[in-house]
Amino acid sequence: MNQRSRLSLIFLQVFIASLLVALMGRLFYLQVAAAPTYKSAALSIQSRDVVTPATRGLIVDSSGVPLALNKVGLAITVDRTKIDKQLDKGYGVLRNLSKLLGLNFVDVWQRTRLCGELLPGKKAGCWTGSRFQPIPITKEADPQIALQIVERSDKYPGISATPLAIRAYPEIAGVNGAHLLGYVGPLTDFDLSGAGGRSYFRSESIGKAGLEIQYDSYLRGTPGIKTVIVDRKEAVTRTSQNTKPIPGNHLVTSIDIRLQAAAEQALADAVRRAKSAGRYADGGAAVVMDSTNGQILAIASYPTFDPNSFEKGLTVKEAENLFSEKTGVPALNRALQGLYAPGSTFKTVSAIAASDAGYSMKKSYDCPATVEVGTRVFNNFESKSQGVLSMKKAIAVSCDTIWYRIAFDEWLRDGGLKPKSNANDYFFKAAERFQIGEKTGVDLPSESKSRLADREWRKSWYEQNKDFYCNYIERSTKAQQTPFLIQLARENCLDGDKVRAGDAVNFSIGQGDTVITPIKLAQMYSAIANGGTIWKPTVAKAIVSNDGKVLKKFQTERLGDIGVTPEMITFLHDSLYEVTLSGTSAGVFAGFPVATSGKTGTAQVFGKNPNGRLKDDSAWYAAMAPTANPRYVAVMMVSQGGFGASTSGLGVRKIYETLFGVKGRTVDQAAVLFPSGKPPTKLPKISPATRPAGEKKP
Amino acid sequence: MSSLLRKNPYRRARKQSAFAGFDPILTGAVAVLLFIGTLLVYAATRDWYAANGLDPEYYLKRHVINIAIGVMLAWGTTVIDYRLLRAYTPILWGLGVLGLAFVLIPGLGSEVNGAQAWIPLPGGFQIQPAELAKISIIVGISMLLSERKHDSDQPSTKDVLRALVVAAIPIALILLQPDMGTVFIISAAVVAIIGISGAPTKWVIGLLIIAVAGGIVATKVGVISDYQFKRLQSFVDPNADSQGAGYQLRQARITVGSGGFFGTGLFDGPQTNGRFVPEQQTDFIFTVAGEELGFLGSGFIILLYIIILMRSFGIARRSSDPYGQMVCTGVIAWFAFQTFENIGMTLGLMPMTGVPLPFMSYGGSSMFANLIGFGLLQNVHARHRG
Repeated sequence: MNQRSRLSLIFLQVFIASLLVALMGRLFYLQVAAAPTYKSAALSIQSRDVVTPATRGLIVDSSGVPLALNKVGLAITVDRTKIDKQLDKGYGVLRNLSKLLGLNFVDVWQRTRLCGELLPGKKAGCWTGSRFQPIPITKEADPQIALQIVERSDKYPGISATPLAIRAYPEIAGVNGAHLLGYVGPLTDFDLSGAGGRSYFRSESIGKAGLEIQYDSYLRGTPGIKTVIVDRKEAVTRTSQNTKPIPGNHLVTSIDIRLQAAAEQALADAVRRAKSAGRYADGGAAVVMDSTNGQILAIASYPTFDPNSFEKGLTVKEAENLFSEKTGVPALNRALQGLYAPGSTFKTVSAIAASDAGYSMKKSYDCPATVEVGTRVFNNFESKSQGVLSMKKAIAVSCDTIWYRIAFDEWLRDGGLKPKSNANDYFFKAAERFQIGEKTGVDLPSESKSRLADREWRKSWYEQNKDFYCNYIERSTKAQQTPFLIQLARENCLDGDKVRAGDAVNFSIGQGDTVITPIKLAQMYSAIANGGTIWKPTVAKAIVSNDGKVLKKFQTERLGDIGVTPEMITFLHDSLYEVTLSGTSAGVFAGFPVATSGKTGTAQVFGKNPNGRLKDDSAWYAAMAPTANPRYVAVMMVSQGGFGASTSGLGVRKIYETLFGVKGRTVDQAAVLFPSGKPPTKLPKISPATRPAGEKKP
Repeated sequence: MSSLLRKNPYRRARKQSAFAGFDPILTGAVAVLLFIGTLLVYAATRDWYAANGLDPEYYLKRHVINIAIGVMLAWGTTVIDYRLLRAYTPILWGLGVLGLAFVLIPGLGSEVNGAQAWIPLPGGFQIQPAELAKISIIVGISMLLSERKHDSDQPSTKDVLRALVVAAIPIALILLQPDMGTVFIISAAVVAIIGISGAPTKWVIGLLIIAVAGGIVATKVGVISDYQFKRLQSFVDPNADSQGAGYQLRQARITVGSGGFFGTGLFDGPQTNGRFVPEQQTDFIFTVAGEELGFLGSGFIILLYIIILMRSFGIARRSSDPYGQMVCTGVIAWFAFQTFENIGMTLGLMPMTGVPLPFMSYGGSSMFANLIGFGLLQNVHARHRG
């Protein structure tokens, strides 16, 4: 063996030795240094969690009558991961399935599309969950049909049928409660990502709106998990962990199901009434609140939808209609999300402002047909002179011109267009007493903030809009260029950042840029009713466990006080009573056996409807009853409903009829909702079979 | 008498017992590997076969039979003097080339995992000519490079070229299957043999450069089939193909890593029993060791390979003639690179190519070839000078 061969052999030996040492090093890294990572990776490969969803807790009214419960359904589900692998991407299978279920193929196809796959505007009825969740086509399938699917799995690959608990809204006493209760639906990718601070299992449902989402963490319970070890063919080799599902807890609300049904009915009737009177009447809301603690007894919004339709499976049309302008956007909860000018219901605030400014509530004031404010003439309602009126009567008949005068005088005193640095701003400050401009804090999701159009708001509004108004001809559309609007734009450009005389007088009668939600008005009138306390409106009273234990009581919460004198409260009570005696709602409440107080509001709305006509007025009625001890505040608002009294006033009367058991002109003691004079304070026993008191047994 | 004996080594060999020439350490290490390999093949298949209603010992039985046949072949290879083998080398080479050509004929060769590499035989058996071609190439070029007609101690350029042609024909046929792993191993063995043959340094360096460049060009130009390319690509990015080659590589690594230091215990690996790594009794046998025997057991296996290879280097060094040296070196390079390629693939160091782990993987052809290779080493050992 020559030297070179020997060297080559040594070289080869060293090279091979180093290769094997490298293997040893790599092995050490994998099995010792990185072992924990690989161990957990192996576990996730081998183990599968079989999730048994927990039964959702019930939502019950204050006497324990279920508003939401569960029933057994039969779901037909589609596995996207399987049908996507089929040659026609599942087209054929879904076509067969829709034929079998008697559904439109278009709806079935849409229901199995992930929302993210679709273009904006084409998403209605899409699947909000992920590709890896079974997508239910229906949860209430006919057992015969489900059986066919199971038996002919060759004909329906990727389709399965499984029994499951579904959420049901039983509509006891005819209650709908869609906006209040909300609905449940599949998890979204966001939920699954854990970004919301909670981890979920794919097959779980989650509250999507209303109380269902607000109290989801209590209602949902904990799903049962069985961890099984599987092989590559997904055959189970053994079970490693098995925890039983823990059912969700029940939510007791302050709602009374009978009153809720009455409010919904009265609201729907009010809208219908307004429509038959030729009004556009595109929606409305009603709120009944216990003024002594802020608890909501009924809350309704119109138009509404069927909360059960989500579990049945929405058609594309149903999904589109929920958010369509044509159908009046039924998904919108107008009680908390609708913002409207409060109109004359705001005069209670103006009265407090006037009193603060030193105007006596005991004196009489002239109520002329018109008042000149600067160069503009402001008319009284229907341009009628009412002569000299006491302040109480002025509120009762809803005189506007008194407020124009006071508001204009105060505006001048505060410096007019050149405001003093220490302006009194009695009107804005009176509104602030009621926390206008802040949310009520109700325990329902997506509440809108009301807007107080004070000096700061004007400044910020001007900053955002001056470019538009100061270049109006270039920025606006052809249709917007009428002489009136061009003039308005010029004025806005000139001094839109200031509170002008017109703004000040409009503010005093609840017109203009100040807008509030119906629940805000209910909160304001509750404060007047209870002597000044601003309560946070609440729906939830308690969380009760499955075995009847009270887990949590929700405390009512004082948010503040309007801070007016008892004399002023008495004056307001007297004035609001006078409204029903001789004022704007005297006709509506004629012959009502229970003394009630209230205030009408008919607020102008600018703009045109799609049919080309000018928008109708918002019809408000805010009431408190019984007058001597005004516990129950009721507010109704019909958007574009016309007159406050005839549309909403009558609606509130209907609500009070149910509340006080009024039959015709007398009180039927047996029909009184709360015979003890107040809503139940004790928590009810919870059973899905509970029925409302007074309901006839079938 | 003694001079006669020295001149006639054939007789001395014949006089000794059949196992006297065996290197005890080398033999012991191989025996332990065969034993562990048998347990691992059983561990890899028994649960899965039982779960599917088949004979859980199916693979175990066949593996033991393969070993038995292989041991006989090894013994045969050992007792026949390797210098006699020279006479049969051309026949062996010719048979290898024929077999390799045969598998490529459509309808005759059978394709497994994208490589047309097997000749099906009656009774469900099949042979893989490429495995046996390894031996014929090693023996063949060793012969050409050691038989010199001139007086020089070194092979001439002509010798090297002839050796390359002898190697290139079967390599080209294997490339057509395509079986890149085997091509890589044989090429490494060829370069190693030429390297220690005393051939001019320019040849050795030149061949190394050609081998590396060849690999790069093959990937770029597309000599490598789609299947091959996917396997190579999945090595670069194991997440690129979640159910294909990348899936196997990731599963293999997870299986090995999850074994930890002590392993889950023989027959108790959930990854192995769940059959998450495909080809677990053949190409991915090392994952079973990794999971069930842990670092302790699988490290010991690598140690056994180190012992076998280092021991074989000793045999090569002590060999009495260049032919024996070259055969030894060829076998060492073959075992070493095949071991490195196989375990390296399992551990994510090497791209995925379907080569079995010497002495451990299930599979008749490779087991026979490995044990014949082992026989060659023993043969050279038994006849070293002195």
